[in-house]
Amino acid sequence: MPGSTPLQSQHRSKMAALSSPLRVCRGILKELRAIQGPSYKKSLAYNYVMDQFRKNKVTGERYCRAKQEAHHASHTYLCLLASTRNHLVLHNLYHGKGERSPEEVAGLVGLRLPTQPGGKGWEK
Amino acid sequence: MRTFRTQTSRSKVCPRNRYYECVARYSAATAERKRFYQDVSISQSEGGLYEINLDQRKLKTPGGKLFTVPNEALAIAVATEWDTQRDTLKFYTMHLTTLCNTALDNPTQRSKEQMITAALKFLETDTICYRVDEPHGLVELQRNEWDPVLQWIEKRYNVTIGSSASILGPEIPEATKDTLRQHLKSHNFWSLTGLEYVITQLKSIVLSLGMIDRHLSVEQAVLLSRLEEEYQIRRWGNVEWAHDYDMYELRARTAAGALFVHLTSESSTVKHKLLQD
Repeated sequence: MPGSTPLQSQHRSKMAALSSPLRVCRGILKELRAIQGPSYKKSLAYNYVMDQFRKNKVTGERYCRAKQEAHHASHTYLCLLASTRNHLVLHNLYHGKGERSPEEVAGLVGLRLPTQPGGKGWEK
Repeated sequence: MRTFRTQTSRSKVCPRNRYYECVARYSAATAERKRFYQDVSISQSEGGLYEINLDQRKLKTPGGKLFTVPNEALAIAVATEWDTQRDTLKFYTMHLTTLCNTALDNPTQRSKEQMITAALKFLETDTICYRVDEPHGLVELQRNEWDPVLQWIEKRYNVTIGSSASILGPEIPEATKDTLRQHLKSHNFWSLTGLEYVITQLKSIVLSLGMIDRHLSVEQAVLLSRLEEEYQIRRWGNVEWAHDYDMYELRARTAAGALFVHLTSESSTVKHKLLQD
Protein backbone atom coordinates (compact mmCIF):
# COMPACT_ATOMS: atom_id res chain seq x y z
CA MET A 1 0.00 0.00 0.00
CA PRO A 2 2.49 2.64 -1.09
CA GLY A 3 1.69 6.09 0.19
CA SER A 4 -1.99 5.51 0.76
CA THR A 5 -3.30 6.16 4.22
CA PRO A 6 -6.65 4.47 4.47
CA LEU A 7 -6.43 4.88 8.21
CA GLN A 8 -6.19 8.65 7.94
CA SER A 9 -9.20 8.85 5.67
CA GLN A 10 -10.99 6.58 8.08
CA HIS A 11 -10.03 9.02 10.86
CA ARG A 12 -11.47 11.89 8.89
CA SER A 13 -14.69 10.15 8.04
CA LYS A 14 -15.09 9.06 11.67
CA MET A 15 -14.46 12.57 12.92
CA ALA A 16 -16.86 14.00 10.36
CA ALA A 17 -19.53 11.51 11.29
CA LEU A 18 -19.28 12.11 15.02
CA SER A 19 -18.13 15.67 15.25
CA SER A 20 -21.55 17.24 15.48
CA PRO A 21 -22.79 17.51 19.07
CA LEU A 22 -26.26 16.49 17.94
CA ARG A 23 -25.04 13.11 16.77
CA VAL A 24 -23.09 12.54 19.96
CA CYS A 25 -26.14 13.46 22.02
CA ARG A 26 -28.35 11.11 20.03
CA GLY A 27 -25.76 8.37 20.38
CA ILE A 28 -25.64 8.75 24.15
CA LEU A 29 -29.42 8.71 24.41
CA LYS A 30 -29.55 5.55 22.32
CA GLU A 31 -27.07 3.90 24.65
CA LEU A 32 -29.01 5.00 27.73
CA ARG A 33 -32.20 3.62 26.23
CA ALA A 34 -30.41 0.33 25.61
CA ILE A 35 -29.38 0.27 29.27
CA GLN A 36 -32.51 1.51 31.01
CA GLY A 37 -35.30 0.46 28.73
CA PRO A 38 -38.32 2.66 28.04
CA SER A 39 -38.02 4.61 31.29
CA TYR A 40 -34.61 5.99 30.36
CA LYS A 41 -35.86 9.55 30.45
CA LYS A 42 -36.22 9.33 34.20
CA SER A 43 -32.63 8.26 34.83
CA LEU A 44 -29.97 10.43 36.44
CA ALA A 45 -27.70 10.15 33.46
CA TYR A 46 -30.38 11.33 31.01
CA ASN A 47 -31.11 14.46 32.99
CA TYR A 48 -27.47 15.30 33.49
CA VAL A 49 -26.55 14.75 29.84
CA MET A 50 -29.47 16.83 28.53
CA ASP A 51 -28.61 19.56 31.01
CA GLN A 52 -25.02 19.66 29.84
CA PHE A 53 -25.93 19.76 26.17
CA ARG A 54 -28.40 22.59 26.72
CA LYS A 55 -25.94 24.60 28.80
CA ASN A 56 -23.19 24.29 26.21
CA LYS A 57 -25.45 25.21 23.34
CA VAL A 58 -25.93 28.69 24.72
CA THR A 59 -22.34 29.84 24.14
CA GLY A 60 -22.35 31.40 20.72
CA GLU A 61 -18.60 31.49 20.17
CA ARG A 62 -17.33 28.83 17.86
CA TYR A 63 -13.98 28.19 19.46
CA CYS A 64 -15.07 28.47 23.03
CA ARG A 65 -12.74 26.26 25.06
CA ALA A 66 -15.35 25.07 27.51
CA LYS A 67 -17.52 24.02 24.59
CA GLN A 68 -14.68 22.03 23.04
CA GLU A 69 -13.92 20.40 26.37
CA ALA A 70 -17.56 19.48 26.84
CA HIS A 71 -17.73 18.10 23.32
CA HIS A 72 -14.67 15.92 23.84
CA ALA A 73 -16.08 14.73 27.17
CA SER A 74 -19.43 13.83 25.62
CA HIS A 75 -17.67 11.99 22.81
CA THR A 76 -15.61 10.09 25.39
CA TYR A 77 -18.71 9.13 27.37
CA LEU A 78 -20.44 7.90 24.22
CA CYS A 79 -17.37 5.81 23.43
CA LEU A 80 -17.41 4.40 26.97
CA LEU A 81 -21.06 3.37 26.84
CA ALA A 82 -20.91 1.95 23.32
CA SER A 83 -17.69 -0.02 23.76
CA THR A 84 -18.72 -1.43 27.15
CA ARG A 85 -21.93 -2.68 25.58
CA ASN A 86 -20.18 -4.12 22.53
CA HIS A 87 -17.52 -5.75 24.67
CA LEU A 88 -20.18 -7.41 26.80
CA VAL A 89 -22.05 -8.60 23.70
CA LEU A 90 -18.92 -10.19 22.30
CA HIS A 91 -18.02 -11.64 25.67
CA ASN A 92 -21.38 -13.34 26.02
CA LEU A 93 -21.25 -14.49 22.42
CA TYR A 94 -17.79 -16.03 22.45
CA HIS A 95 -16.44 -16.29 25.96
CA GLY A 96 -19.49 -16.53 28.16
CA LYS A 97 -20.27 -20.22 28.08
CA GLY A 98 -17.62 -21.56 30.42
CA GLU A 99 -16.68 -25.19 30.48
CA ARG A 100 -18.91 -28.10 29.66
CA SER A 101 -19.76 -30.57 32.41
CA PRO A 102 -18.29 -34.12 32.18
CA GLU A 103 -21.71 -35.46 31.15
CA GLU A 104 -21.89 -33.06 28.22
CA VAL A 105 -18.36 -33.83 27.12
CA ALA A 106 -19.08 -37.56 27.10
CA GLY A 107 -22.28 -36.88 25.22
CA LEU A 108 -20.35 -35.11 22.46
CA VAL A 109 -18.84 -38.38 21.30
CA GLY A 110 -21.91 -40.42 22.07
CA LEU A 111 -20.78 -41.92 25.33
CA ARG A 112 -22.28 -41.85 28.78
CA LEU A 113 -20.55 -41.58 32.11
CA PRO A 114 -20.50 -44.82 34.09
CA THR A 115 -22.85 -44.99 37.07
CA GLN A 116 -22.01 -46.82 40.24
CA PRO A 117 -25.13 -46.94 42.42
CA GLY A 118 -23.26 -47.93 45.57
CA GLY A 119 -20.76 -45.13 45.25
CA LYS A 120 -17.04 -45.65 44.89
CA GLY A 121 -16.42 -46.31 48.56
CA TRP A 122 -14.64 -43.15 49.58
CA GLU A 123 -17.56 -40.71 49.64
CA LYS A 124 -18.91 -39.67 53.04
CA MET B 1 -22.08 -4.97 51.47
CA ARG B 2 -22.99 -7.89 53.67
CA THR B 3 -19.62 -9.61 54.07
CA PHE B 4 -17.77 -6.66 55.61
CA ARG B 5 -19.96 -6.11 58.66
CA THR B 6 -19.08 -9.54 60.08
CA GLN B 7 -15.35 -8.72 60.26
CA THR B 8 -14.12 -8.39 63.83
CA SER B 9 -11.25 -6.22 64.96
CA ARG B 10 -8.77 -8.95 65.77
CA SER B 11 -6.65 -7.55 62.97
CA LYS B 12 -5.28 -5.00 65.43
CA VAL B 13 -3.20 -7.72 67.09
CA CYS B 14 -0.88 -8.42 64.20
CA PRO B 15 -0.34 -6.29 61.07
CA ARG B 16 0.18 -9.33 58.90
CA ASN B 17 -3.30 -10.59 59.78
CA ARG B 18 -4.69 -7.29 58.58
CA TYR B 19 -3.01 -7.75 55.20
CA TYR B 20 -4.48 -11.22 54.77
CA GLU B 21 -7.86 -9.99 55.91
CA CYS B 22 -7.70 -7.18 53.40
CA VAL B 23 -6.81 -9.66 50.67
CA ALA B 24 -9.63 -11.95 51.75
CA ARG B 25 -12.05 -9.04 51.76
CA TYR B 26 -10.95 -8.01 48.29
CA SER B 27 -11.40 -11.46 46.79
CA ALA B 28 -14.76 -11.85 48.53
CA ALA B 29 -15.82 -8.48 47.20
CA THR B 30 -14.97 -9.30 43.62
CA ALA B 31 -16.52 -12.76 43.51
CA GLU B 32 -19.61 -13.13 41.35
CA ARG B 33 -22.74 -11.66 42.86
CA LYS B 34 -26.31 -11.33 41.78
CA ARG B 35 -27.90 -7.91 41.49
CA PHE B 36 -29.37 -7.36 44.92
CA TYR B 37 -30.82 -3.88 44.54
CA GLN B 38 -33.64 -2.26 42.60
CA ASP B 39 -32.75 1.41 42.47
CA VAL B 40 -29.50 3.27 42.23
CA SER B 41 -29.36 6.88 43.38
CA ILE B 42 -26.78 9.41 44.48
CA SER B 43 -26.71 11.70 47.49
CA GLN B 44 -24.45 14.44 48.71
CA SER B 45 -22.85 14.37 52.14
CA GLU B 46 -22.01 17.40 54.28
CA GLY B 47 -18.41 17.44 53.07
CA GLY B 48 -19.61 18.10 49.53
CA LEU B 49 -18.69 14.60 48.44
CA TYR B 50 -21.14 12.40 46.58
CA GLU B 51 -22.18 8.88 47.60
CA ILE B 52 -23.92 6.08 45.73
CA ASN B 53 -26.98 4.40 47.23
CA LEU B 54 -28.09 0.93 46.20
CA ASP B 55 -31.69 0.91 47.39
CA GLN B 56 -31.20 2.25 50.93
CA ARG B 57 -27.64 1.03 51.48
CA LYS B 58 -24.60 3.16 50.84
CA LEU B 59 -22.02 1.71 48.48
CA LYS B 60 -18.68 0.79 50.01
CA THR B 61 -15.32 0.05 48.43
CA PRO B 62 -13.87 -3.47 48.54
CA GLY B 63 -11.59 -2.21 51.30
CA GLY B 64 -14.58 -1.34 53.46
CA LYS B 65 -14.47 2.45 53.13
CA LEU B 66 -17.45 4.56 52.23
CA PHE B 67 -17.53 5.13 48.47
CA THR B 68 -17.26 8.87 47.85
CA VAL B 69 -16.46 10.87 44.74
CA PRO B 70 -15.62 14.55 44.45
CA ASN B 71 -18.18 15.58 41.86
CA GLU B 72 -21.67 14.92 40.64
CA ALA B 73 -20.88 13.93 37.07
CA LEU B 74 -18.60 11.12 38.18
CA ALA B 75 -21.19 9.98 40.72
CA ILE B 76 -23.87 9.84 38.03
CA ALA B 77 -21.60 7.91 35.69
CA VAL B 78 -20.78 5.38 38.41
CA ALA B 79 -24.47 5.08 39.32
CA THR B 80 -25.25 4.40 35.65
CA GLU B 81 -22.64 1.63 35.65
CA TRP B 82 -24.37 -0.02 38.60
CA ASP B 83 -27.75 0.45 36.99
CA THR B 84 -26.54 -1.23 33.80
CA GLN B 85 -26.00 -4.53 35.60
CA ARG B 86 -28.74 -7.07 35.01
CA ASP B 87 -28.89 -10.46 36.72
CA THR B 88 -25.28 -10.69 37.84
CA LEU B 89 -22.80 -7.97 38.65
CA LYS B 90 -20.08 -7.98 36.06
CA PHE B 91 -17.31 -6.04 37.70
CA TYR B 92 -15.08 -6.27 34.66
CA THR B 93 -17.43 -3.93 32.82
CA MET B 94 -17.55 -1.36 35.61
CA HIS B 95 -14.37 0.52 34.84
CA LEU B 96 -15.19 3.82 36.52
CA THR B 97 -16.18 2.05 39.72
CA THR B 98 -12.93 0.12 39.68
CA LEU B 99 -10.92 3.30 39.19
CA CYS B 100 -12.71 5.01 42.08
CA ASN B 101 -12.10 1.99 44.29
CA THR B 102 -8.42 2.02 43.44
CA ALA B 103 -8.13 5.72 44.18
CA LEU B 104 -10.01 5.41 47.47
CA ASP B 105 -8.40 2.23 48.82
CA ASN B 106 -4.95 2.49 47.26
CA PRO B 107 -4.45 -1.23 47.93
CA THR B 108 -0.84 -1.26 46.82
CA GLN B 109 -0.05 1.73 49.02
CA ARG B 110 1.61 3.79 46.33
CA SER B 111 2.56 7.43 46.61
CA LYS B 112 2.32 10.05 43.87
CA GLU B 113 6.07 9.89 43.26
CA GLN B 114 5.98 6.14 42.75
CA MET B 115 3.14 6.46 40.27
CA ILE B 116 4.92 9.21 38.33
CA THR B 117 8.12 7.17 38.16
CA ALA B 118 6.18 4.14 36.93
CA ALA B 119 4.42 6.24 34.31
CA LEU B 120 7.63 7.84 33.07
CA LYS B 121 9.20 4.41 32.66
CA PHE B 122 6.78 3.88 29.80
CA LEU B 123 8.45 6.66 27.87
CA GLU B 124 11.54 4.60 27.22
CA THR B 125 9.46 1.96 25.47
CA ASP B 126 6.69 4.16 24.18
CA THR B 127 4.68 2.54 21.41
CA ILE B 128 4.97 5.59 19.17
CA CYS B 129 8.72 5.67 19.41
CA TYR B 130 9.34 2.05 18.54
CA ARG B 131 9.48 1.62 14.79
CA VAL B 132 9.94 -1.43 12.61
CA ASP B 133 12.22 -1.86 9.62
CA GLU B 134 9.89 -4.01 7.60
CA PRO B 135 7.33 -4.71 6.08
CA HIS B 136 7.40 -1.55 4.07
CA GLY B 137 3.67 -0.92 4.34
CA LEU B 138 3.86 -0.91 8.11
CA VAL B 139 6.90 1.38 8.14
CA GLU B 140 5.00 3.89 6.00
CA LEU B 141 1.90 3.56 8.14
CA GLN B 142 3.86 4.19 11.33
CA ARG B 143 5.50 7.20 9.78
CA ASN B 144 2.26 8.69 8.48
CA GLU B 145 0.19 8.06 11.58
CA TRP B 146 2.64 8.36 14.45
CA ASP B 147 4.96 11.16 13.33
CA PRO B 148 2.25 13.87 13.47
CA VAL B 149 1.47 12.92 17.07
CA LEU B 150 5.15 13.06 18.00
CA GLN B 151 5.43 16.47 16.40
CA TRP B 152 2.39 17.62 18.29
CA ILE B 153 3.70 16.56 21.70
CA GLU B 154 7.18 17.91 21.06
CA LYS B 155 5.66 21.28 20.24
CA ARG B 156 3.07 21.25 23.00
CA TYR B 157 5.46 20.40 25.83
CA ASN B 158 8.63 21.76 24.28
CA VAL B 159 10.46 18.44 24.57
CA THR B 160 12.50 16.16 22.33
CA ILE B 161 11.46 12.56 22.03
CA GLY B 162 12.15 11.19 18.57
CA SER B 163 11.69 7.66 17.31
CA SER B 164 14.00 4.77 16.61
CA ALA B 165 14.03 1.45 14.80
CA SER B 166 16.77 -0.04 16.94
CA ILE B 167 16.09 -2.60 19.62
CA LEU B 168 17.16 -0.21 22.36
CA GLY B 169 14.64 2.42 21.45
CA PRO B 170 15.14 6.16 21.34
CA GLU B 171 17.44 8.12 23.64
CA ILE B 172 15.21 10.26 25.82
CA PRO B 173 17.05 13.30 27.19
CA GLU B 174 16.75 14.03 30.92
CA ALA B 175 15.22 17.44 30.21
CA THR B 176 12.28 15.73 28.52
CA LYS B 177 11.75 13.48 31.49
CA ASP B 178 11.92 16.42 33.88
CA THR B 179 9.42 18.46 31.91
CA LEU B 180 6.98 15.57 31.78
CA ARG B 181 7.56 14.81 35.45
CA GLN B 182 6.63 18.38 36.33
CA HIS B 183 3.52 18.10 34.24
CA LEU B 184 2.49 14.83 35.85
CA LYS B 185 3.08 16.31 39.30
CA SER B 186 0.48 18.96 38.58
CA HIS B 187 -2.22 16.30 38.64
CA ASN B 188 -3.84 15.39 41.94
CA PHE B 189 -3.80 11.83 43.24
CA TRP B 190 -7.12 10.79 41.70
CA SER B 191 -6.36 12.31 38.34
CA LEU B 192 -2.94 10.66 38.36
CA THR B 193 -4.51 7.28 39.11
CA GLY B 194 -6.63 7.65 36.00
CA LEU B 195 -3.75 8.90 33.89
CA GLU B 196 -1.46 6.05 34.90
CA TYR B 197 -4.27 3.62 34.09
CA VAL B 198 -4.64 5.08 30.60
CA ILE B 199 -0.88 4.94 30.03
CA THR B 200 -0.82 1.28 31.06
CA GLN B 201 -3.68 0.47 28.70
CA LEU B 202 -2.39 2.34 25.66
CA LYS B 203 1.25 1.44 26.41
CA SER B 204 2.23 4.97 25.47
CA ILE B 205 2.68 8.26 27.31
CA VAL B 206 2.54 10.23 24.08
CA LEU B 207 -0.85 8.86 23.07
CA SER B 208 -2.23 9.22 26.59
CA LEU B 209 -1.23 12.86 26.86
CA GLY B 210 -2.52 13.46 23.36
CA MET B 211 -5.90 12.12 24.34
CA ILE B 212 -6.05 13.81 27.75
CA ASP B 213 -5.14 17.13 26.13
CA ARG B 214 -8.02 16.54 23.71
CA HIS B 215 -5.81 16.43 20.64
CA LEU B 216 -6.97 12.86 19.95
CA SER B 217 -10.30 11.18 20.51
CA VAL B 218 -10.49 7.86 22.35
CA GLU B 219 -11.09 5.94 19.12
CA GLN B 220 -8.11 7.60 17.46
CA ALA B 221 -5.82 6.93 20.42
CA VAL B 222 -6.85 3.28 20.51
CA LEU B 223 -6.39 2.97 16.76
CA LEU B 224 -2.90 4.43 16.96
CA SER B 225 -2.03 2.20 19.89
CA ARG B 226 -3.10 -0.89 17.95
CA LEU B 227 -1.59 0.26 14.67
CA GLU B 228 0.33 -2.88 13.93
CA GLU B 229 -2.69 -5.04 14.72
CA GLU B 230 -4.83 -2.93 12.41
CA TYR B 231 -2.25 -3.33 9.67
CA GLN B 232 -2.27 -7.11 10.08
CA ILE B 233 -6.07 -7.16 10.19
CA ARG B 234 -6.25 -5.33 6.88
CA ARG B 235 -3.80 -7.77 5.42
CA TRP B 236 -5.03 -11.07 6.83
CA GLY B 237 -8.58 -10.43 7.92
CA ASN B 238 -10.42 -9.70 11.12
CA VAL B 239 -11.19 -12.25 13.84
CA GLU B 240 -14.17 -10.97 15.75
CA TRP B 241 -13.73 -12.96 18.94
CA ALA B 242 -10.16 -11.75 19.34
CA HIS B 243 -9.60 -8.47 17.47
CA ASP B 244 -12.94 -6.80 17.99
CA TYR B 245 -13.13 -8.12 21.53
CA ASP B 246 -9.74 -6.63 22.39
CA MET B 247 -10.53 -3.39 20.62
CA TYR B 248 -13.80 -2.81 22.44
CA GLU B 249 -12.26 -3.70 25.76
CA LEU B 250 -9.36 -1.33 25.18
CA ARG B 251 -11.72 1.42 24.08
CA ALA B 252 -13.93 0.95 27.13
CA ARG B 253 -11.00 1.04 29.55
CA THR B 254 -9.33 3.99 27.84
CA ALA B 255 -12.58 5.96 27.67
CA ALA B 256 -13.21 5.29 31.34
CA GLY B 257 -9.69 6.39 32.23
CA ALA B 258 -9.94 9.57 30.17
CA LEU B 259 -13.31 10.48 31.63
CA PHE B 260 -11.97 9.78 35.11
CA VAL B 261 -8.99 12.09 34.58
CA HIS B 262 -11.15 14.89 33.20
CA LEU B 263 -13.70 14.67 35.96
CA THR B 264 -11.18 14.54 38.79
CA SER B 265 -8.81 17.25 37.58
CA GLU B 266 -8.80 20.33 39.79
CA SER B 267 -10.04 22.68 37.08
CA SER B 268 -13.02 20.49 36.32
CA THR B 269 -14.22 20.40 39.92
CA VAL B 270 -13.81 24.15 40.24
CA LYS B 271 -15.76 24.71 37.04
CA HIS B 272 -18.63 22.58 38.28
CA LYS B 273 -18.79 24.52 41.52
CA LEU B 274 -18.95 27.77 39.60
CA LEU B 275 -21.75 26.48 37.39
CA GLN B 276 -23.76 25.44 40.40
CA ASP B 277 -23.53 28.83 42.12
